[in-house]
Amino acid sequence: MKDILQQLEERREVARLGGGQRRIDSQHKKGKLTARERIELLLDEDSFEEFDMFKTHRCTEFGMEEQRPAGDGVITGWGTINGRMVYVFSQDFTVFGGSLSETHAQKICKIQDMAVQNGAPIIGLNDSGGARIQEGVDSLAGYAEVFQRNIMASGVVPQISVIMGPCAGGAVYSPAMTDFIFMVKDTSYMFVTGPDVVKTVTNEVVTAEELGGASTHTKKSSVADGAFENDVEALTEVRRLVDFLPLNNREKPPVRPFFDEPGRVEASLDTLVPENPNTPYDMKELIAKVADEGDFYEIQEDYAKNIITGFIRLEGQSVGVVANQPTVLAGCLDIDSSRKAARFVRFCDCFEIPILTLVDVPGFLPGTSQEYGGVIKHGAKLLFAYGEATVPKVTVITRKAYGGAYDVMASKHLRGDFNYAWPTAEIAVMGAKGATEIIHRADLGDAEKIAAHAQDYEDRFATPFVAAERGFIDEVIMPQSTRKRVSRAFASLRNKKLENPWKKHDNIPL
Amino acid sequence: MFDKILIANRGEIACRVIKSAQKMGIKTVAIYSDADKQALHVQMADEAIHIGPPPANQSYIVIDKVMDAIKQSGAQAVHPGYGFLSENAKFAEALEAAGVAFVGPPKGAIESMGDKITSKKIAQEANVSTVPGYMGLIEDADEAVKISNEVGYPVMLKASAGGGGKGMRIAWNDQEAREGFQSSKNEAANSFGDDRIFIEKFVTQPRHIEIQVLCDAHGNGVYLGERECSIQRRQQKVVEEAPSPFLDEATRKAMGEQSVALAKAVGYASAGTVEFIVDGDKNFYFLEMNTRLQVEHPVTELITGVDLVEQMIRVANGEPLSITQDDVKLQGWAIENRLYAEDPYRNFLPSIGRLTRYRPPAETKAYAPGTAPGDAGDVVVRNDTGVYEGGEISMYYDPMIAKLCTWAPTRDKAIEAMRVALDSFEVEGIGHNLPFLSAVMDHPIFIKGDMTTAFIEEQYPEGFEGVVLPEDQLKRVAAAAAAMYRVTEIRRTRVSGRMDNHERRVGKKWVVSAQDQDFAVKVKADKKGSTIKFEDGSKLRVSSNWTPGDQLATLKVGGEKLVLKVGKVPGGFRLRTRGADMTVHVRTPRQAELAMLMPEKIAPDTSKLLLCPMPGLIVKVDVAVGDEVQEGQALCTVEAMKMENILRAEKTTVVTKINAAAGDSLAVDDVIMEFE
Repeated sequence: MKDILQQLEERREVARLGGGQRRIDSQHKKGKLTARERIELLLDEDSFEEFDMFKTHRCTEFGMEEQRPAGDGVITGWGTINGRMVYVFSQDFTVFGGSLSETHAQKICKIQDMAVQNGAPIIGLNDSGGARIQEGVDSLAGYAEVFQRNIMASGVVPQISVIMGPCAGGAVYSPAMTDFIFMVKDTSYMFVTGPDVVKTVTNEVVTAEELGGASTHTKKSSVADGAFENDVEALTEVRRLVDFLPLNNREKPPVRPFFDEPGRVEASLDTLVPENPNTPYDMKELIAKVADEGDFYEIQEDYAKNIITGFIRLEGQSVGVVANQPTVLAGCLDIDSSRKAARFVRFCDCFEIPILTLVDVPGFLPGTSQEYGGVIKHGAKLLFAYGEATVPKVTVITRKAYGGAYDVMASKHLRGDFNYAWPTAEIAVMGAKGATEIIHRADLGDAEKIAAHAQDYEDRFATPFVAAERGFIDEVIMPQSTRKRVSRAFASLRNKKLENPWKKHDNIPL
Repeated sequence: MFDKILIANRGEIACRVIKSAQKMGIKTVAIYSDADKQALHVQMADEAIHIGPPPANQSYIVIDKVMDAIKQSGAQAVHPGYGFLSENAKFAEALEAAGVAFVGPPKGAIESMGDKITSKKIAQEANVSTVPGYMGLIEDADEAVKISNEVGYPVMLKASAGGGGKGMRIAWNDQEAREGFQSSKNEAANSFGDDRIFIEKFVTQPRHIEIQVLCDAHGNGVYLGERECSIQRRQQKVVEEAPSPFLDEATRKAMGEQSVALAKAVGYASAGTVEFIVDGDKNFYFLEMNTRLQVEHPVTELITGVDLVEQMIRVANGEPLSITQDDVKLQGWAIENRLYAEDPYRNFLPSIGRLTRYRPPAETKAYAPGTAPGDAGDVVVRNDTGVYEGGEISMYYDPMIAKLCTWAPTRDKAIEAMRVALDSFEVEGIGHNLPFLSAVMDHPIFIKGDMTTAFIEEQYPEGFEGVVLPEDQLKRVAAAAAAMYRVTEIRRTRVSGRMDNHERRVGKKWVVSAQDQDFAVKVKADKKGSTIKFEDGSKLRVSSNWTPGDQLATLKVGGEKLVLKVGKVPGGFRLRTRGADMTVHVRTPRQAELAMLMPEKIAPDTSKLLLCPMPGLIVKVDVAVGDEVQEGQALCTVEAMKMENILRAEKTTVVTKINAAAGDSLAVDDVIMEFE
């Protein structure tokens, strides 16, 4: 009997070594942790429960039957993050380069199914050379099984992907369908076709880093939602993100004890909006001063910086923030910012995370590049996302809310629950100069008259009061009391119930 | 007494004057430029009058505009503060003509002390000790050499109209005297439109010590002790104290009496300052007299209990001094640190922008000017400021934003109080010199009181790069970080939605990494605090009421007070204290072990790059690839917030690559060009 028990431990020892010490050392030398070390950092100490530790592949081609390491290149299971359950898979680059076989895929599928059934997030730690070529179409089938489950899990449980090594070819499409993708700087890359193929087909010479490194995907392509310095930092920050997210779509977003006065007055916000309407200011200051303890988890920080998206807490509860950023392109909406914000709004709506929208938007960016790029349909994505969202929506207009962009940014007309404006708000079809030149076209030659008309327009429309008179603004609030007003607004919406008509699904302008 | 007084100034000094006037029941009138509409002095005054566009030469120093404001407000007196019109005889004249009292000396005194050569002559006649030298104007280089030999090397060649180090040269031999004469003359002509040069002995181991005098219009005068102002950076005072750690009673008395004699010689009637240069043997020489309230006057107020602004107003009102020299008692020790909006890590480059956070340390019992020393307890904290959280530091005026003063019965205690006060001073949004000031407060030369005017130049020749904490202090920081991190981690485990009976248990063992050192500790928490046990067996007790999210932590660690500014970083804190700015990680032993495997990322060497210092638009590129550029040469112009900023070469080098062209919009730290 004792021998049998002993055998279990021996088998476990072998499985834990994955591809062996030499490959582990080589992984470390590259500045990367092993699949198991990563799980240790991701989860609470000693909370990991493993599945399928002894699972092996069944391939007999190309001499594969000679090598059948236990676990088959991926470690799967569940554990807790600050006591809350998550499912996790972590690809083991030391075993066949983390390549995906039929059985490797089956292990991932198993936890995907369990996560959906049991209502817990799925976190994938990707470090894989790609398909197990020896297995051919079995491997491809495995990918598709994973993809299908990604799709079914979408909107049911949060799915987070961390790219911690190569992720190329078909492999990219599983992370692509998850809610968030994070990358590790210098040690991870993602692309559909690698530099070699690129060179063969298009004659373009490009490095893996340039083609699909963390910088490319956080700044240029927007594929990734964030990048971190190294494995340790990445996993620390994923834990921090999970603290903001509900475990599934049947649960309210999490609440935790907070050490910040909901009624905290920030006198300095009264001077945040500069006197000159064309002078920018940093909207992140407002976010930090509204948030509990100034804590803000930004999503897609380096992409389309004219809009800010991310999570804060108010009275301990998670809130998604969408805010125009006047310091970049005057905070206008364009293709990139609309897409970025639309996806974020839809994520929040999926998981019942209330949305705070901070508005200072001069309109949509004009120009051929925008029109040719389809700004109409991309802009419509954000409009659509806000309009269909049934979560609590609180909006604060700090300065400009011009034209169609006013409508888009969680206006009253899109079922905004609380629409506040600061006294500095200007809610109008456009700025005074532009409007005057259209209304008073006849006086265009007379600079003096035009200036007088512009002043009239400004006095009448460059205020929040016309909108307030119509009830499009529920209340004009003092900037310094924003945290208090917004906190109370969300508090009053805790039991909000709003349902859209039954449909199979909507047809958002993709 | 006057009913209403106008303050012809801005910033902290305007606020300072308003405080005393209010205490005396006098109504106050502020003046302000476009840039100061929302400034603190405008908010504090009973009335405020707009006087023009932001540049001072179109507003604060335009006599006609100030006179109009006086007329409009009906003010009976004007306090000029320092700078601006404070030592402008024409302004004093205009006031006299308008029948408005000038809270300052008679215009004759301003005139005679305003010129370096005249003032030195008057000083000599009044038997005030002056630097040996030739008072006359020097015709040519030959004469300069001749006189230099008479005075004896080393000598200093100085522009008569000079100031701020311009038109000054030190010569150690004939050749240097010859060259120095010509370059001083050119510089003086360019800077002041006045190329008169004189020569005097160059004093070695010089300290800058000044005497505060106070005189009335009835021939009475007293001196209120001295101020030690040797810690200066490019002629700009940074740290002042009173009394001087260097003077003895006899020297103080001699300097004081000579100063009063000089003041009387020019019919002085107000507060004034006589500046001396003092050598290593306590020989003192008259430098100049400042006929106004000095920036650093608070330290004198703190050790004498005299409200200098109040006294100035009373003297201007014709009252005789209420104190005699016998009444003047110097009590305890006061230190002033000037907080400048200058980034010490970027060679003290002025920094402008919005003060997103501005929380000075609490003033002791709402310190009021004129409070007698010790009234407010063992330690006095005073902060003279002209800004507030959410306010704007503009490019138009002096970058000094506050004067932080501490008083205590002894110098050591005053320094310690200053250290704590600096650590508690929260300023965000702009670059500022708080860490540098903290470093000076911990510098052994300063602690000993052995500084000369060359202190900063000699001790920080490569500029300031932050402080590496001594081992025992770092250990205390580590203990604090461990205790604080544990609190944040425990809070995280209290999130809703956790799995019952399978909660995370936060462990006791942690590894704290700070300033390239690792401390393995064991945290034992109880209701009142935590005991941190180090690997060597030593223990530190940590207690505080810090809660997660607080940006300032005031702790007691091992019985000593520790004040930390706390910021967030992944898996730890950014902690700032005593001039050190640290990323501190707190990890479990296993996390620490794995973190060891992470590659050290070497920050890219930016010394060969020109980085865009702010988000902005490239207006002009002045150089081409292959050009050799000299230190200080303009490389390109970046427009940000409608301001054109010229970026200059930091050293002589060759341009190898240019990545930006006129019209490009760049982000912070984008590479504009590369050098050899």
